[in-house]
Amino acid sequence: MTLLEEAPPVTTAAPLAPAARLLPALGAVYRAQLARAKVSRIPLLFVATFQSLGILVMMRGVVDPGDNPAAHAVVAGSSVLVVAFVALNLLAQYFGRLRATGGLDHYATLPVPPASVVLGTAAAYASFTLPGALVTAGVGAWMFELPWAHLWVLLAVVPLAGAALAGLGAACGLLAPRQEIATLLGQLGMSAALLLGVLPVAHLPEAVRWLRDLLPSTYGVEAFARTFTASPDWAAVVGDLSVCAVVGLASLALATRAYRWATTR
Amino acid sequence: MSDTDRLAPGATPQGGLGGPGQHAPQCCTVRDLAKTYRTRSRGGATEIKANDGIDLDIRCGEVFGLLGPNGAGKSTLVRQLTGLLRPDRGSVQILGHDIVRRPELAARLLAYLGQESSALDELTVVMAAETTGQLRGLSRAQARAETADVLTELGLEPIAARPLAKLSGGQRRLACFAATLVGERPLLVLDEPTTGMDPVARRAVWAAVDRRRAERGTTVLLVTHNVIEAETVLDRVAVVDDGRVIACDTPGGLKALVDGDVRLDLVWRTEAPVEVPAVARLAERAERTGRRWTVRTTPEEARELVAAVTTGPAFAALDDFTLATPSLEDAYLKLGGRHGGLAK
Ligand SMILES: Nc1ncnc2c1ncn2[C@@H]1O[C@H](COP(=O)(O)OP(=O)(O)OP(=O)(O)O)[C@@H](O)[C@H]1O
Ligand SMILES: [Mg+2]
Repeated sequence: MTLLEEAPPVTTAAPLAPAARLLPALGAVYRAQLARAKVSRIPLLFVATFQSLGILVMMRGVVDPGDNPAAHAVVAGSSVLVVAFVALNLLAQYFGRLRATGGLDHYATLPVPPASVVLGTAAAYASFTLPGALVTAGVGAWMFELPWAHLWVLLAVVPLAGAALAGLGAACGLLAPRQEIATLLGQLGMSAALLLGVLPVAHLPEAVRWLRDLLPSTYGVEAFARTFTASPDWAAVVGDLSVCAVVGLASLALATRAYRWATTR
Repeated sequence: MSDTDRLAPGATPQGGLGGPGQHAPQCCTVRDLAKTYRTRSRGGATEIKANDGIDLDIRCGEVFGLLGPNGAGKSTLVRQLTGLLRPDRGSVQILGHDIVRRPELAARLLAYLGQESSALDELTVVMAAETTGQLRGLSRAQARAETADVLTELGLEPIAARPLAKLSGGQRRLACFAATLVGERPLLVLDEPTTGMDPVARRAVWAAVDRRRAERGTTVLLVTHNVIEAETVLDRVAVVDDGRVIACDTPGGLKALVDGDVRLDLVWRTEAPVEVPAVARLAERAERTGRRWTVRTTPEEARELVAAVTTGPAFAALDDFTLATPSLEDAYLKLGGRHGGLAK
């Protein structure tokens, strides 16, 4: 230390490199996550789809096919369950692991808006569930003798329910103090989506119905279930989807805050 | 590494890459930085003082090293400089910006290679570098072009299409280093960049660092506990131990602390011949690791010892011996650093 003379201080602050902008960064995260999903998540997508198909088969034993509310609920519920499995459960695990293993440091030392990372990842996980949800809905409609005419509604249900569930999953993963707790929360959330989404509403006790109303995927399930009736009430469908969208925005905002919190402790 | 890998005395260029002048402007100024980790366990709360009053001055265009054993607090220090960890007290100025007050600015001033990176694991090498470049603010086309250049520069093209998780440890480290270089920054902060790398990969890393410094005046802050690396690539080095900087100088300057002493290493074939009086005396003061004995002493005494062990029964039992001028490791030990933590 002795041989050093006092170095002249920087008089003016050096210029800052430009930060990444929201949409291009979101696109980059989305593409990377989709590529990543191709490598490692395809088997899990099969698991998610088979799980839902299994539930359809099981419920076929207790629910009559045809145009009745229980059949609608089972088919809609098991389709949205694919989304819950991937967007909630897997995303909670992913962010939990990222945080536990120091992977978040990588993003935190890049000038990228938190929303890009959270939304890009959530969108990749959600869009990756679309094929599974479509297959489940198609098979379910066939098993329960329901019309296929309005299956296209899934194109709106998956992204909206996906956003809500993915935001919730990401927030669980980012806020959980330990990785195992993140995994646990993801599993619990998915079990809730399974029980509350698939079981016909009429049979549920009052308290459980309240819980059901709090779960963001419920509105996606209801919107989709309505389209199986002979003449769907489109206003109600749009209403449910709007609730889904609002909850989705809120849960993604929560996830973004959680990310900010997790990266700046 | 054995002693034969050590560069011959005099062949070591002081500040291997040719440092900047003493009057280069300041890149990074750290004052009185402190961080205590508090962990709660069943036995109550424990406190670990990971950093305790650290001062650093890093000049622009310098390759500056942090040397120290495991747990010395090196990573904790760089994580505070990169805005990842909030210090308990103290200040960090990088290129004129206050990083303690505005940690989010660090990402626009420096590129960081963490000690472990799981964020990129399932991506291919190209995808990892390109995505990182885009998140560092490059357009997709720019990121693609820079990635191609960096992969060529580091010789990563043959494995460019493979996912990081399927690469060897050294290859993965090099791929992460490549991602760090896409999207230029005036300061590179590298936490043990060459861990697990073979000599070819290591040379590629140092060549890349050197080129950036020569062409753009890039400053490099490097964490290591490898003495050889520190001696050959660093302009200046701060020795960190137990959360404090115990010395800060050029590698040559640090070695001057132990000037005059030499180190004698003896390796016995099987048992040391303690019936020889000179060997018996040596047994009391040598630092022993298996069949290897090490003593630090004056050149005169070393000459007598060599004479004693290269004749008679002692020589018959001797497998190998080396007499070496002091290394940074010796300087480190003399400074009172905890024993044995540095890679030889
Ligand atoms: N998140 C943490 N919580 C509690 N203690 C920690 C944490 N991170 C590091 N420590 C402790 O702080 C001290 C310094 O750790 P640090 O990671 O800075 O060491 P290091 O010099 O980088 O070591 P290495 O050469 O092994 O990478 C160690 O005693 C370590 O156990
Ligand atoms: Mg470390």
